[in-house]
Amino acid sequence: MKLSRALALAKKDWRRMYRDPAFLFLIILFPVMLTVAFGTSFGAVGGSQPTTYNLAVVDPHGAGNSTPSQQFVQALTTTEVLKLQYFPGNQSAQSALSQGKVQGILLLPPSFDASVDSFRSSPARPGSWVNCTISLYLDKGSLLSAQVIPSVVEQTLGQAVFGVRTSTIPVAVSAPSLVNIHASSAFSILAPGLFAFASIYMIMMVAQSYTGERESGLLSRIVVSPASSTDMISGSVLSYLVIGLVQALLVFACVYALGYHPAADFLGLAMGFLIVTIFSVCNIGFGLITAAISKSAGAATGISFVFLMPQLFLGTFVGLALSSTAQSVGRFVPAYYVTDALTSLFTRGAAVTSQAVLTDFAMVSAISVTILFAGIQAFKRFGRS
Amino acid sequence: MQRTVGLDTNAVTIEGLTKDYGEVKAVDDLSLTIPNAEVFGLLGPNGSGKTTTINCLTGLLKPTKGTIKVGGFDIATDGTRAREILGVSPQESAVYRHLTGRENVELFGSLYSVPKSMLGPRVDMVMEKVGLLEEAGTRVGKYSGGMVRRVSIAMALVHDPKIILLDEPTVGMDPQARRAVWDFLIELKDNGKTILLTTHYMEEAEELCDRVGIIDHGRLIALGAPAELKAERHARDLEDVFIQITGRGIREGV
Repeated sequence: MKLSRALALAKKDWRRMYRDPAFLFLIILFPVMLTVAFGTSFGAVGGSQPTTYNLAVVDPHGAGNSTPSQQFVQALTTTEVLKLQYFPGNQSAQSALSQGKVQGILLLPPSFDASVDSFRSSPARPGSWVNCTISLYLDKGSLLSAQVIPSVVEQTLGQAVFGVRTSTIPVAVSAPSLVNIHASSAFSILAPGLFAFASIYMIMMVAQSYTGERESGLLSRIVVSPASSTDMISGSVLSYLVIGLVQALLVFACVYALGYHPAADFLGLAMGFLIVTIFSVCNIGFGLITAAISKSAGAATGISFVFLMPQLFLGTFVGLALSSTAQSVGRFVPAYYVTDALTSLFTRGAAVTSQAVLTDFAMVSAISVTILFAGIQAFKRFGRS
Repeated sequence: MQRTVGLDTNAVTIEGLTKDYGEVKAVDDLSLTIPNAEVFGLLGPNGSGKTTTINCLTGLLKPTKGTIKVGGFDIATDGTRAREILGVSPQESAVYRHLTGRENVELFGSLYSVPKSMLGPRVDMVMEKVGLLEEAGTRVGKYSGGMVRRVSIAMALVHDPKIILLDEPTVGMDPQARRAVWDFLIELKDNGKTILLTTHYMEEAEELCDRVGIIDHGRLIALGAPAELKAERHARDLEDVFIQITGRGIREGV
């Protein structure tokens, strides 16, 4: 490979990024518009105004403000994420849920107070605790409430009632998650998935670029020059790595401006950008495969959706709305690991050395290299003529 | 920029070139030698095999049979070295429309490893020769068809190739631009370059070419200097030569 040739080819793609209206839209305008659209739709504009969710509370302990259950409910109110409505029993609460009047039901068990008291009297003796489980009924049609409510309940319980992490208390909450309740707007759940969402359209760009060059005779012209296939592919990888990084920075700037402030330190941010950038390699590979099997740039646009749609539905924030089975299938698409890593790093504040992040990083890297290699082979075999 | 050329007095040597597409023989047992510093014209109607021959010469197509040497380098076994001394302007105007004329030419200069210090002056020189120096900073998407052809030629010549392959180089150009390109090609010939061009324009072949080969149905049916070919058949022009040999006009197609 000759670096000067690869750089010359990469420069040609970079110029296309801001001069070709179609590319400019897909690379620059689309991620910005998408982020702003989701940000405004899901309550991020204005920065600190989280979306509120109506939660039905069924408390068998009755009125009062000194019991543990009342302390817990009071603490939930102060999160400003939940708007509580009291119901006398589960039946009336279920009726409200079925009518969409509330997005969830919090059913406190009769043994809740006893459980808290047992902990407070002997915090170091788990064997003496009275264990119980808080039941949550959530509106399956409300994607965001299903994501936010369990995490708010879990963390409020741990911090406000027990004063410790939830894993060391006698009260369990079904379907817990690790969302930081102080940033629990709907947008904060979606934001990590926007990075992968913006990046996957690179598949279409790469495929259109190669098929367009093939149709116009430019590819043949480069092939009959001393530039090798390695020079060509290196030029593409170089250019789209930079384009991927630019996209990630743009999306980051937008989500930050819209009030999503990642819980990551500098290393966490750097790791996040690195993962998104590596993901570009995967998209180049898919783009090359698409170009190899497409007869024209028009066909490439259509065929690119074969690779684009599974990643869109299973690997970005869209997957949050799917069934648990579909979400499990998501593990077969590389975008899933990008979104998962960014959620861990940016939303949960996980360390770059945490097992979850390192596993995601390894998966994204391995899949990307494999797909790129497959793309190069497919394009060399079928795509050049 | 002096480039090493294989030890061969012929710039191009084609022996028994055959290219089949299934049952169709696009090129049929073509043998041809083009000495250094000659301008050679390959004439023939559409579909006669001219472009296929050019594509085999560049290594873009693999011959079914036969051997091709460019500058003494076998295109099948030493293709990279052969391509380094070739300058190719294809039939379709293959240019990046989002780049300026200058940027297109610079890109191909870089692909042919023109040293950075020489690239700017070389680009200026070829853009001036094809009459596009003033429009060099304009994006090619805004060029006329003739201007695009001229950029395409500049892209083929920026690295000062020893052997130049031009497929229909002046199609779509106005007479003034065509004249400028002809003058440039004559200057290149005077500087010792070998040029193989295909053309529909008989006056172009007669003006530029030392020798022409007339190709029909993939076979070479006449070879010689334009004046000799005309004299042999008492023909007015090369079109008349073609009609006398094949019974139809060169623009009628195969």
